[in-house]
Amino acid sequence: MTTEKAVAHHWRKFKERYGLVGSKCDSCNSYFFPTSTICPKCRRKGNVKEHSFSGKGKVFSHTTIRVAPEGFEAYAPYVIAIIELDEGAKVVSQVVDCKPEDVKIGMPVEVCFRKIREEGKSGLVLYGFKFKPVL
Amino acid sequence: MNRDVAIVGVGMTKFGEHWKKGLKELITEAGVKAVEDAGISGKDIQLIVGGSMSSGMFVGQEHTGALFTDYLGLSPVPAIRTEAACASSSVALTTGTMAVQSGRYDCVVVGGVEKMTDVYGNLATTALAGAMDRDNEAHFGLTFPGVYALMAQRHMHQYGTTREQIAMVAVKNHENAMHNPNAQFHRKICVESVLKSALVSDPLRLLDCSPIADGAAALILVPAEHAKKYTDTPIYIRASSQASDTLSLYMRPDITTVGATISAVQNAYKQSGLKPEDIHFAEVHDCFTINEIIASEDLGFCKKGEGGRLVQSGETAIGGKIPINPSGGLKAKGHPVGATGAAQAVEIVEQLRGEAGGRQVKGAENGLAHNVGGSGSTVVVHMLSRNRK
Repeated sequence: MTTEKAVAHHWRKFKERYGLVGSKCDSCNSYFFPTSTICPKCRRKGNVKEHSFSGKGKVFSHTTIRVAPEGFEAYAPYVIAIIELDEGAKVVSQVVDCKPEDVKIGMPVEVCFRKIREEGKSGLVLYGFKFKPVL
Repeated sequence: MNRDVAIVGVGMTKFGEHWKKGLKELITEAGVKAVEDAGISGKDIQLIVGGSMSSGMFVGQEHTGALFTDYLGLSPVPAIRTEAACASSSVALTTGTMAVQSGRYDCVVVGGVEKMTDVYGNLATTALAGAMDRDNEAHFGLTFPGVYALMAQRHMHQYGTTREQIAMVAVKNHENAMHNPNAQFHRKICVESVLKSALVSDPLRLLDCSPIADGAAALILVPAEHAKKYTDTPIYIRASSQASDTLSLYMRPDITTVGATISAVQNAYKQSGLKPEDIHFAEVHDCFTINEIIASEDLGFCKKGEGGRLVQSGETAIGGKIPINPSGGLKAKGHPVGATGAAQAVEIVEQLRGEAGGRQVKGAENGLAHNVGGSGSTVVVHMLSRNRK
């Protein structure tokens, strides 16, 4: 068993993963990630548009993964956090460029572009966003 | 509700590493035990509903509905497979309950199975990660211990829950499992051993995590008005309730609570007419220790944020005000994911019949089962009772 996927599976998510693009509902003024065609609050009365997040936010919660899943073994231990973006939406991401013990709830962070993982020996090399402390 | 539903037979395998048993042997053992316990024969069975989370990834086998019927030698009885991650077999129980309530079926076998130990290395972790949002959580390297660690971190931050209090859940559940012959672990642990075990995902350590296991469990459902034909001590399903939430943890406004637990339990209290103080014990989803603390709050056994102090007070031990996980819970009884919900119901039936031996909750008349899929994306609550009304 493997987690390798067809190229199209990742290709269609490039905008979200490379540019931190999500959605904004103009009816209720709420933001969410990833992109969605339906606003969970307004449903069909919503007016959902694409939104490029500023990439600035704060750590909402965090943990250090020490037992890594397939494809992430080489990165362990690594920090995974829920980031609350300045616009109000939240995302899950790794926090890098700091020691695990330096990550605290409320810490300001900003987005950066990094390698995420390799899909096996012959699969794709996946890139996307991670977050780092604001210096 | 239309017809009231009763459980007249239960059966389960021991939970743990079953090197000599595959899906077939596990299903057959639990199914035959339940059928014999009810005193029915194969020709009485009209429908099978069986839960399995990920037999495809664990053993490469799908189509487990027909498989259940085949293995039990019951063809052409129709079968439904239910899947809701770790709540798969509780959804089998809600589905089977609906089938009897509706009047369409008079004798239904419900159950669940998982064979998890046939995969090597971290493939089990990868399979389990399918219960979260693969593209937006697992993609970044999040694991299930990680999901619950994020919840624990917030709970400690918001309510001052201590690392020691979280560890006490594991200590209590290991103590309870000492008296459960079907439990995976028969080994007492102490707070210090939890705090010294290897870090898996900070702040959670190895002894905060439920183990990978193999196992199966099954129950026989009939209309309440037929129940006395089969047994002198039918156990009645007073509430059968299910709720959903976002697949991703990060999308929820508050991660110190599981919204679907609150939705499901409120509906269950309404269905049954019972109140939190009428519940004499509960089997709750302690896949990770922190989740028992969160569940004890969300189910109404204490105020929000008081779950750590509740376990510390000893009131959730057998003999306390509200014993939680007398079976040993997922932590010490074991957690073969697709079998867990059905096994919780089996434990409650044994307790209510007074057959739980050294872990018996004395005088228990009403018990609650709380089963979570993923990070709380599916929650199922059942309330079972010795009393029909």
